[in-house]
Amino acid sequence: MRAFSRLLERLYFEPATSGKERLLLDYFATTPDPDRGFAVAIIADSLSLPNFKRGMVLELIRARTDPHLLAMSQDYVGELSETVAHLWPSALKERSVSANEDSTAEASEGRLPPLSDVVHNLRHKPKADLPAYVADLLDCMTSPERWALLKIGTGSLRIGVSARLLKQVLAKYGNQPVEQVETLWHGVDPPYEDLFAWLEGRADAPVVHEKLTYTPVMLAHPLEEKDHRLILPETYAAEWKYDGIRVQVVHSAIGRALFTRTADDISHTFPDVLEHLNFHAVLDGELLVLRGDDLGTFNDLQQRLGRKSPSSKLIKEYPAGIIAYDLLMLEGEDVRSQPYAARRALLQAALEHHQPAGIRMSPDLRYKDFAELESFRGSVDNASVIEGVMLKRRDSAYVAGRPTGPWYKWKINPKLVDAVLMYAQRGSGKRSSFYSDFTFGLWKGNELLPIGKAYFGFTDAELKELDKWVRHNTLQSFGPVREVRKDLVLEVAFDAVHRSTRHKSGYALRFPRISRIRWDKPAQDADRMDALEGLLT
Amino acid sequence: MSASSRDGGGFLGAEPTKSVCHEPRCRMTHPRDWIEVRKEGVFCKPGGFFIDPMHPAEIAVVTHGHADHARAGHGDVFATYETLAIMRARYGETHATIAEHPLTHGQAVDINGVKVSLHPAGHILGSSQARLEYNGATIVFSGDYKRRADPTCVPFEPVPCDVFVTEATFALPVFRHPPLEDEIVKLLTSLRQFPERCHLVGVYALGKCQRMMVAMRRAGYGETIYLHGAMVRLCELYRDFGIDLGPWDLVTPENAKTLAGKIVLCPPSALQDRWSRKLPDVLTVAASGWMRIRARAKQKGVELPLVVSDHADWDELLQTLSDVGAPEIWVTHGRDDALVYAAQQMGLKAQALHLIGYEDDSE
Repeated sequence: MRAFSRLLERLYFEPATSGKERLLLDYFATTPDPDRGFAVAIIADSLSLPNFKRGMVLELIRARTDPHLLAMSQDYVGELSETVAHLWPSALKERSVSANEDSTAEASEGRLPPLSDVVHNLRHKPKADLPAYVADLLDCMTSPERWALLKIGTGSLRIGVSARLLKQVLAKYGNQPVEQVETLWHGVDPPYEDLFAWLEGRADAPVVHEKLTYTPVMLAHPLEEKDHRLILPETYAAEWKYDGIRVQVVHSAIGRALFTRTADDISHTFPDVLEHLNFHAVLDGELLVLRGDDLGTFNDLQQRLGRKSPSSKLIKEYPAGIIAYDLLMLEGEDVRSQPYAARRALLQAALEHHQPAGIRMSPDLRYKDFAELESFRGSVDNASVIEGVMLKRRDSAYVAGRPTGPWYKWKINPKLVDAVLMYAQRGSGKRSSFYSDFTFGLWKGNELLPIGKAYFGFTDAELKELDKWVRHNTLQSFGPVREVRKDLVLEVAFDAVHRSTRHKSGYALRFPRISRIRWDKPAQDADRMDALEGLLT
Repeated sequence: MSASSRDGGGFLGAEPTKSVCHEPRCRMTHPRDWIEVRKEGVFCKPGGFFIDPMHPAEIAVVTHGHADHARAGHGDVFATYETLAIMRARYGETHATIAEHPLTHGQAVDINGVKVSLHPAGHILGSSQARLEYNGATIVFSGDYKRRADPTCVPFEPVPCDVFVTEATFALPVFRHPPLEDEIVKLLTSLRQFPERCHLVGVYALGKCQRMMVAMRRAGYGETIYLHGAMVRLCELYRDFGIDLGPWDLVTPENAKTLAGKIVLCPPSALQDRWSRKLPDVLTVAASGWMRIRARAKQKGVELPLVVSDHADWDELLQTLSDVGAPEIWVTHGRDDALVYAAQQMGLKAQALHLIGYEDDSE
């Protein structure tokens, strides 16, 4: 339990992914089974502890603290788990007020049970005994240890480790491809001893079957100019690239599931989509809001993302559906080795046969030569939910990862405006000493209205120059944010612009990035709001 | 002062005076009648002096050398030898426009009829509480203090009094500082785990810096510790007072690139300043009592927060109220509402002075 608490503590404050990776690798290497497996389960949020609730924690602390001091403390700290962790009256040495502290850090080593014992008890103790058990544990813990325990119970660790990152680290630990870890992941259970045995070369890969598993997806490379000559209608099929999120819908004899491209299970967020798939298959497709024939914008989809249990009202207002573009399994048969054209034919036939509501075939984009394809791409208007064209070799098998050649994505040309830098904020990680997050705006009359924020798109040298400019042109500071003189013009590129009621300017940009710094251009010559209005259609 | 201060009418017996006390049968002058909070700081009316004044004053009693308590430009300055040395190091030989009046702990002086003495506060080198006695009543200003062991200064001594004036920087029950040794272990463990990264530790230049250095030495860290320019003079001063900080060196443009895997100390403000860019692959560490609050550490971009404080934590504050035994508590800067409430729960008379200008952050 101590080692796990130390790990959480370091992960929480470590900003760099590489640093988090190192901390996890060290932990896996030095922590025995089954503790490390339970740690993985806790971080991946795949452990269910139905009786360990926030309400129980509140009751425990209320019984031990003056109500006024509790209220003042929570007001100051903000978060309940942390408040309780700090506030818990402890018999430990951290309370001692003696002038000669010669107790050592090691004196208390080993006083806590292993993580696996804690998890076992949290899961299996009768509900009535749980408060006393948790209280006893809290009594002999330090504040960071208490925080770790309370976080196990209440979920949402917020330590910046996604399920995807965790799998990458596990793959690295065993020197195995991440795709294989992802394939196995949904077929193994905490504490994952079989998984670790395989990663450490002590056993074969665990056998996974008859489970709802995620199949690693195939990804595309951006189409570069040198590849243009490869694109011939007889070799590459074309279809639109939609601005939703890539998902995998699974329906088999044992159930249904919806996974993101990074293997996160989002079934609970989209119960309507799960209902749609009325035959046994694994589909690859785009998740969008679908209202009859109308495709909703990404803004529409955002109303649904991240809601663990959407209300029926929300589902009705923003009904979700799938534009299917590939088929991985059909009626229990793995079809990934078949050519793209054959898989599409199977998909088409299955959709026609089962007529699922809310699942549509991504239409084939027929073109006679590259020039025509180019004109299709050029004709995409802003109001649509198309962000480009996908090109897929007709004879290609479905392969996990990002092989070069079979699939290309060809995004539409970005739109550009010249905006004025308004505010700058320091970045994080390696950029924490640099002003590298920029808010920019366009003119409306004599006033600048902010239209967006971007923190990438320049070289290190430009970053340094911008940083210097910000420091020399600051008007005032608000915490980490500096307001600057309205003197510097930035050329901002973005994929699309939509109306938005959440922004003061009335517009929201999709994927804004800084494409050029216009040291040469006077601020009064930057674009006006009308420029965005013109790009709307 | 004797124990009689807390029996009978609740006050000391003293010569009959122009009593302004509102209690019947009372012959002492309650401090509320001769202590005043002015915009410059706390003023002792009969003595004509301020305690830790924020603006130049004719006569100043200074509890310790931190910049928010010790300022330049006073006329007569009463403080410990160490505090005066710190003031000279920071502000130059002529920081007092009339004279310095060095005091040892426990030594009393008379300032315009008020008996003043300084007593150890355990905060930093030279730090003191100020005891004022006038017309049979005593009041003790604690300044900033802590109760933990600190080999760089003399430990806090409870001084009995009628009114005890305490700080409240960490006066919430969520603040309980862990043992310093544990925090040092965290730092040294990280150094082993990330040997290619320069561990840049933000510490207050006076007190915290030297306490951390001594604690690292005690934990067996013998390597050269590298310092930001702002720390050097104060480290030399500590050394001159006989405190062994082990080998240290200044960070220079020449050696900066070679400091991977080393410990560098700098003021908190330099952590994310351009100054730190020349150091290789910095791991940001900060040592402060505030580091206990996660959001606060994260907001400052700290990767390894160490909870190390030179102020009393919640338990120490309550322990101190009980050790000092004063019937009345005045609370200066910090989270005064919680401490006033807790003191009242202990059956003491307590009120907040609402002093402004003493910094919360520069811990």
